[in-house]
Amino acid sequence: MAIYSTNEFKAGLKVMLDNDPCAIIENEFVKPGKGQAFNRVKIRNLKTGRVIERTFKSGESLEGADVVDVEMQYLYNDGSFRHFMVLDTFEQYQTDEKVVGDAGRWLKDQDMCTVTLWNDAPLAVTPANFVDLNIVETDPGVRGDTSGGGGKPAKLDTGAVVRVPLFVQQGELIKVDTRTGEYVSRVKE
Amino acid sequence: MQVDWQPDCSIEHLRLRAQTLANIRRFFADRSVLEVETPLLGQSIGTDPQLEFFTTKYFLPPSQQNLFLQTSPEFAMKRLISAGSGSIYQICKAFRNGEVGRFHNPEFTMLEWYRVGFDLRQLMAEITDLIGVLFAGKLSGDTESLSYQEVFLRFTGLDALDFHYENYCAYSMANNLPEAVSICGYDHATWLDFLFSHKVQPHLGAHNLSMVYGYPACQSSLARVNKYDARVVERVELFINGIELGNGYYELLNADEQSQRFDNEIAIRQQKNLPSVNKDWRLISALESGLPDCSGVAIGIDRLLMLLSNSSSIKEVLSFSVSRA
Repeated sequence: MAIYSTNEFKAGLKVMLDNDPCAIIENEFVKPGKGQAFNRVKIRNLKTGRVIERTFKSGESLEGADVVDVEMQYLYNDGSFRHFMVLDTFEQYQTDEKVVGDAGRWLKDQDMCTVTLWNDAPLAVTPANFVDLNIVETDPGVRGDTSGGGGKPAKLDTGAVVRVPLFVQQGELIKVDTRTGEYVSRVKE
Repeated sequence: MQVDWQPDCSIEHLRLRAQTLANIRRFFADRSVLEVETPLLGQSIGTDPQLEFFTTKYFLPPSQQNLFLQTSPEFAMKRLISAGSGSIYQICKAFRNGEVGRFHNPEFTMLEWYRVGFDLRQLMAEITDLIGVLFAGKLSGDTESLSYQEVFLRFTGLDALDFHYENYCAYSMANNLPEAVSICGYDHATWLDFLFSHKVQPHLGAHNLSMVYGYPACQSSLARVNKYDARVVERVELFINGIELGNGYYELLNADEQSQRFDNEIAIRQQKNLPSVNKDWRLISALESGLPDCSGVAIGIDRLLMLLSNSSSIKEVLSFSVSRA
């Protein structure tokens, strides 16, 4: 793998830090006029998702990490593993809930999502920003209420629970923003 | 293909620069400080191991010689003062290789001035006056002067003048900076650079000018040692909104001591495999012939403009930053 020096730390660069694959978020050059130069780097651990700050002496370097984002179709959950497929090549990947994490509650069979591979093994799964999901359970709302104020919990077919306006009914298809977990609109089928 | 020919800064910021330079020139004209120019391209260069310089080739067939782009006009200006110029100032470009970031561009504009007969206190008073004129009421707080030891203790609880490795390590471990231990090792000066820039500087000069004086002797640079306490030197740094704006000294006059400091820095350069440089003998000779008692300070004009215009990156005040120069 390539070696990257602090000057090459750009947002999005994938590097190995403390034996974990990480992505550079921000890199600030810090140098007292008459002193040692440092690079203060904000970096995300791609395994844990945690963001940390780390300072390097300018000119230090890190090994690159073989990390790529691949668009895949989510196929199914067999009870212990989730299965994904690259549509172009039919190549399949499987991964456990630990890797899927929070993305699991937005994954519906046949939907497209992004699977991050590290050395060709799934490292993380990111759902599409917006997904259309069915309401399988919610209290009947008050008729005529279109204000959307207040809202009520609704359980979706993937198991996720989101707050929806009172006028939205069980059995309806809704659009959800997976980044915030918030209801966006109803979807006409 | 999209060619990025347009300036980095707005036309409004070009005007701000012109106005600021005019204000500076009026300030010094009113005080009878002489404006000078010295070469940007010189035969010698500073020995400071922390400053990387640009080297150019001077062809004069059949000979060829290295010339350097100055990292600061300090040596040439001191030669003028030694020759009897009296108090002088200069607005010029300075060049530092490899320095680029939100607050750095490898070519930048510097205001440097020297006051013959001033000690550091008097120079700090004049700096306060100049900043007052340039900011014209934009700074809400009063100017504060703090000793390095005092300010370091306030924000880290550590004594900057008394290096206890274990205490410094314990502090960095407890404050989420464990990497400091491997980066700084047993080098007191690197520890001070690390902790000052991470834990002290961000707090300095919140809407006011903050001047930190009495730097530890291991960060002496070209300042003279304090008469009463050899652990500190007569050096001052200026900060506004956590940004390092300038650096000044009650200037070292002793030629032998200056020569010795150059030798030490040259030795460090060799240790670290940095490009070798020759001592500037012309400066040493000028000191031998007698540099009048003086204090001097350099202020980064681009950072000053950043503060005046609330810019978050130096690019916003440069016509063309290095990426499109």
